[in-house]
Amino acid sequence: MRISVDRERCIGAGMCALLAPAIFDQDYDDGRVRLLDPRPQQDHSALREALDACPSGALHLDES
Amino acid sequence: MSGTVPIPHGLPMERDAGPFAPPSEITRLRDARPVSPLVFPDGHQGWFVTGYDAVRQVMADTRFSSRQDIGVLHVPYETPGMPVATEPSPQIPGLFIAMDPPDHTRLRRMLTGAFTVKRMKQLEEHIIDVAERRLDEMARMTPPVDLVEEFALPVPSLVICEMLGVPYADRATFQVNSAKFLVKDQPLEEKMAAYGAMTTYLAELVVRKRAEPGDDILSDLARHDELSVEELTGIAFLLLLAGHETTANMLGLGTFALLEHPEQLAELRANPDLVPDAVEELLRFLSVADIFYRYATDDIEIGGETIAKGSTVVVSLLAANRDPERFDNPDALDIRREARGRLAFGHGIHTCLGQQLARIEMRAGFAGLLRRFPTLELAIPAEEVRLRTDMNIYGVHELPVTWTTAS
Repeated sequence: MRISVDRERCIGAGMCALLAPAIFDQDYDDGRVRLLDPRPQQDHSALREALDACPSGALHLDES
Repeated sequence: MSGTVPIPHGLPMERDAGPFAPPSEITRLRDARPVSPLVFPDGHQGWFVTGYDAVRQVMADTRFSSRQDIGVLHVPYETPGMPVATEPSPQIPGLFIAMDPPDHTRLRRMLTGAFTVKRMKQLEEHIIDVAERRLDEMARMTPPVDLVEEFALPVPSLVICEMLGVPYADRATFQVNSAKFLVKDQPLEEKMAAYGAMTTYLAELVVRKRAEPGDDILSDLARHDELSVEELTGIAFLLLLAGHETTANMLGLGTFALLEHPEQLAELRANPDLVPDAVEELLRFLSVADIFYRYATDDIEIGGETIAKGSTVVVSLLAANRDPERFDNPDALDIRREARGRLAFGHGIHTCLGQQLARIEMRAGFAGLLRRFPTLELAIPAEEVRLRTDMNIYGVHELPVTWTTAS
């Protein structure tokens, strides 16, 4: 699986960085999402929670 | 559940199912027709959305505009003395909660960096300290005391004033005006007078920040030359109001809810590691910022109903957060529930900017209060607690509490 992020959609709510801090962080200046690990090996439940919680739909998961 | 319920005329507001539950008419409506027509007091035929999935969809879809200047946004409850709106309202500079992209995006991005998860973590120790100092003061008092006045309001107020660079000594004036502004049922002149007093104060403040910036959020904003004083004032108004009324009411109403659920309270006292989960559950269970409006800019299908362009759409976050289709046994307060996905901070591009701050404040607040006051209890019968049914943000006006002091 592979994660991608859409920084244009991101509103910096920070749910991803809160729920899956190994995978996502936020820019220091504008709070927008930074993808730390596009192909995480572990912690898929936190990842799914983060995907579900993202209010702006800025996170995408390609399961293939 | 199925069946037909009558189309409501005006927004049901009576808290007849207890202080923490949505009005029973709203619950019945959600279970029968989660996207329901609503007849507004001014005769407008709009919509009321109460189901979890439908509320999420409305909030996420920017075709449901937050602007008030493209069409008339109808109000679902009557306000005596308030003339019926026949024209769209002009946009208020800086008030990005009532904007759509790209205006909303431009203004919000100037602020998001100040409210990230990491920034809030850095503030956590300090916020704990603020809460503890308030609790020290409360512990020196002779009970009963009003928890709202002594704790629930001062903690978020001290924190947001400091972050924004608003002198805390000025709070008496703007807290009175902010409270007046949020009263639903009051003459328009009084509401506007309160708003005028707040914006005059804040305009003077941001002008001072622009001339002599300090180390705070309003000073950082004032450094953006492209922002006018009017925009700075609007942003300051929004942040100060949101920073005061929301968390304060979560702390006040949340404490009331815990005291009314003694088994949950005992479990939380016994296991303080549950505080973060309890905060999430209280957010879901109470949803103090409940009712939001959108304006349909197109014909949009939601939950099998077609919402016509030009309609006002009212959503209830509280009803959505109590939807049995999404949460098991939703009307039970269960601090062990992992209340993921609850919409208490909204959803979509207007999702609460300060939610990470609010979390830290509530964790510090509830943890400190329960630890310092192990015998905390209501000082009056629960049914005498004055509920904020008259306010745009729900909560309690006062929460008289008492405790036994160690001799």
